[in-house]
Amino acid sequence: MLNLFFPKKTTVIVGLEIGTAKVAAVVGEVTEAGGVNIIGVGQCPSRGVRKGEVVNASLAAEDVRNAIVEAEKSADVEIASVYLGVTGGHLTSLNTHGVFASVSLDHEISQQDVGEVLANAKVFNRPSENYVLHSIRQHFTVNGQAGIVDPVGMLGEQLEVDLHVIHGVTTRLQNHMRVVKGLNLEIEDTVFSGLCSALALLDNEQKQMGALVVDIGAGTTEYVVYADGVIKHTGVLAVGGDHVTNDLSYGLRMAPARAALLKREHGAATTEGAAGQTLTLTSENGFPDRRVDLHDLRRIMVARLEEAFQLIDEEIGEQGFHDQLRAGVCLCGGGARIRGIEKLAADVFGLPATLGRANAVGGLRSATDDPELATAVGLVKYGAIRQKGQQSVGLVGKLKHLAGSLGLF
Amino acid sequence: MTSTEPTIATAAPVKKQLTIKVFGLGGCGGNVATQIHSSGFGGAQLIVLNTDSQALAQCPLPYKFNLGLKLNGGLGAGGDPERGRAAAEEDEARLRELCTGVDMVLICAGLGGGTGTGAGPVLARVAKECGALALAFVTLPFDCEGSKRMRQARLGLEEFKAAADGVICLPNQKVFKLIDENTSVIETFATTNELLAQGVRGIWQLVTRPGLINLDFADLCAVVRDRHSESSFASAEAAGPHRVKEVVEKLLENPLLDGGAALGEADALLVSLMGGPSLTMAEVSRVMDQINRHCENAHLMMGAAIEEALGERLTVTLVASRRSSRGTDLPKVAELDTAEPAPAPRAGSDFDLLGSAIASKPQARNPAVPFSPEGVAVAVAETEAGVVAPAPVMASRSWRSRKKVKPVHPELGLETVTTGPFQHSEPTRHNGVNLDVPTFVRRGMPMN
Repeated sequence: MLNLFFPKKTTVIVGLEIGTAKVAAVVGEVTEAGGVNIIGVGQCPSRGVRKGEVVNASLAAEDVRNAIVEAEKSADVEIASVYLGVTGGHLTSLNTHGVFASVSLDHEISQQDVGEVLANAKVFNRPSENYVLHSIRQHFTVNGQAGIVDPVGMLGEQLEVDLHVIHGVTTRLQNHMRVVKGLNLEIEDTVFSGLCSALALLDNEQKQMGALVVDIGAGTTEYVVYADGVIKHTGVLAVGGDHVTNDLSYGLRMAPARAALLKREHGAATTEGAAGQTLTLTSENGFPDRRVDLHDLRRIMVARLEEAFQLIDEEIGEQGFHDQLRAGVCLCGGGARIRGIEKLAADVFGLPATLGRANAVGGLRSATDDPELATAVGLVKYGAIRQKGQQSVGLVGKLKHLAGSLGLF
Repeated sequence: MTSTEPTIATAAPVKKQLTIKVFGLGGCGGNVATQIHSSGFGGAQLIVLNTDSQALAQCPLPYKFNLGLKLNGGLGAGGDPERGRAAAEEDEARLRELCTGVDMVLICAGLGGGTGTGAGPVLARVAKECGALALAFVTLPFDCEGSKRMRQARLGLEEFKAAADGVICLPNQKVFKLIDENTSVIETFATTNELLAQGVRGIWQLVTRPGLINLDFADLCAVVRDRHSESSFASAEAAGPHRVKEVVEKLLENPLLDGGAALGEADALLVSLMGGPSLTMAEVSRVMDQINRHCENAHLMMGAAIEEALGERLTVTLVASRRSSRGTDLPKVAELDTAEPAPAPRAGSDFDLLGSAIASKPQARNPAVPFSPEGVAVAVAETEAGVVAPAPVMASRSWRSRKKVKPVHPELGLETVTTGPFQHSEPTRHNGVNLDVPTFVRRGMPMN
């Protein structure tokens, strides 16, 4: 009935991630049953991005166009709008708390009160140049009773809410958006990449048990902590695969391109079995030209990766999340392709670590199984959740549900 | 000889009050001392020392002394640190007299030439032997002055670090970041001189002014005494409602602090805040919070003082000192071969900071130029064999040691390229550590 007035939006959802190493566009559709199917993928090496942030807009635009065109061909659809993943070292997150007190003890909490308390929680101290990317509901507390998901209709005097807020420097976020808008693509929403990866990899059970998702990209490493079914903590470390490559190129004294090749072919996150082995590299004309100590190569890689994990470990340790992560650590991103990375992660975090697969998403297995595409697949899933929210409720409840669905994924 | 025999009142009796002497050494030091004097500085005695009588005669200050009159004949050191050193050693007794009973000796010198580079460390050693706290404010030459001067300056810096309690160093090259393209030569030199003068004045204010949260001489001693460190000095001033934010931003942007990197490297930090009566505790705490964030491992000392004259303005003066890893085990300055263990690859380019340009240049164009250094040395040696016997030997040793240190330079260069492709992007900092620098380098893992 409602659809007469608000025609149903297209069910094709596109997730676009402008990464440091590659631009990825993933096309998905929402099935009858409400699931998500990946129907097309487009990728292009990225040249205009460093540490997750756009530094050369024209190159980035070119790469995005190529990726989108490829995705259109692959899925046989026309892409008009995308969900855009953003990241960068400038993003900061924090948990805020909002309080709303009504006049009487037997006050029935209304939708309006929920709005008030959310507004209250959104008032926090942030630099004026920053833009709030997400404010995600965690749990409500009614008269001291914690862990309430939907307080509407309950009786209570004092309503509290916890929010997880992610904010970043407006101008830097706009760099991404301008690139996409310059190609006449509409942006449905901008989403923190780490959030998307978590969305793609974790199922509800893992979210309830508590899990840490680490997305090791080329320029940045994002991490997200889920516990009790809600997002507890997020963060970005502007260290990624490019740093590994640079370390190798510096330590082994070779060009970065060659170091990158070595990293992919002989790299591993362990020094086991590498002692005393040497690699003979060949020059362009096929003659052996120099030797590299495999042990050194591995040590350089391990040092960098271990440090990155340690920094994340310190961060989540400070917040006291360690004993809440019963589902362990889930790795994705290009860095998850490094051999032995899950073992290293398990050692550093002291938790079981696995490579993440986008299990809850159907369709092209090549896309859902690829750890590098986790963010883009997650973006599609995010879009699906959002659209479902928009379709199923009336105009009044639309906004409310939107926020609610974010809190629950 | 146009000898400018010292008119110094040598009687510097030990008073309850702090005795501070500021020495301007060589051409650069003289200029800085003049600058300090001209901007009104009653707190300490200013003494100018030089080997060049002519330059000394031009200096308007009352207290001056010609070093090594016998050795060099008042003709300057000819850009040879060896001769500067020999001159200072000749007059060591005189220097000792000057430093006796003084609590703090501040030495201003421009490194790279003869007098400042050679005589400075001797003066610092003498001052320390007399029980004074010896702090040196030195400059490194502009890059365009050539690699020889730079090499001399670096050796001199190492010797200074071994001799003095603390060295505050400003590579003149960094001053380029403070001035714009159209700045005239005179203004550039004025800027650099003013920076050194500011440093001296800042230190003096720090230890003499009573503050609400007091920082005194003892605190300064605790931060610098016997550390043989090199320090960075910076100060910033801001007014208006956002002065806290601005002042911290200005400090961190200061090229003398390497955009805040020097803070992360620091292991001791002295912060002095000065503001008008409107200075609030919240402001003090916010400034300190932000500074703290950049140097969590440092031994931090702060002081706050109210100065009516400042009105709405807030000034923050900061001395960050970094223990030089190898500087401490250097032998005494007297042995020239100190230069050899000195080549700490990091000691140079990135972390030493303050400076004034002016002097190094005029010094280079001193009237002594027509004489080649060796020529003078030989001439003197022939006439006054007794005094000069060691001089030629030393000259040759210095030459040799300079040569040995040569391979150091490529290393210095390498340090800066380690961030490779990330050089032009915002550095990833975590607790003051630049994560763009390879982990194995920071952890010091040796590679086969």
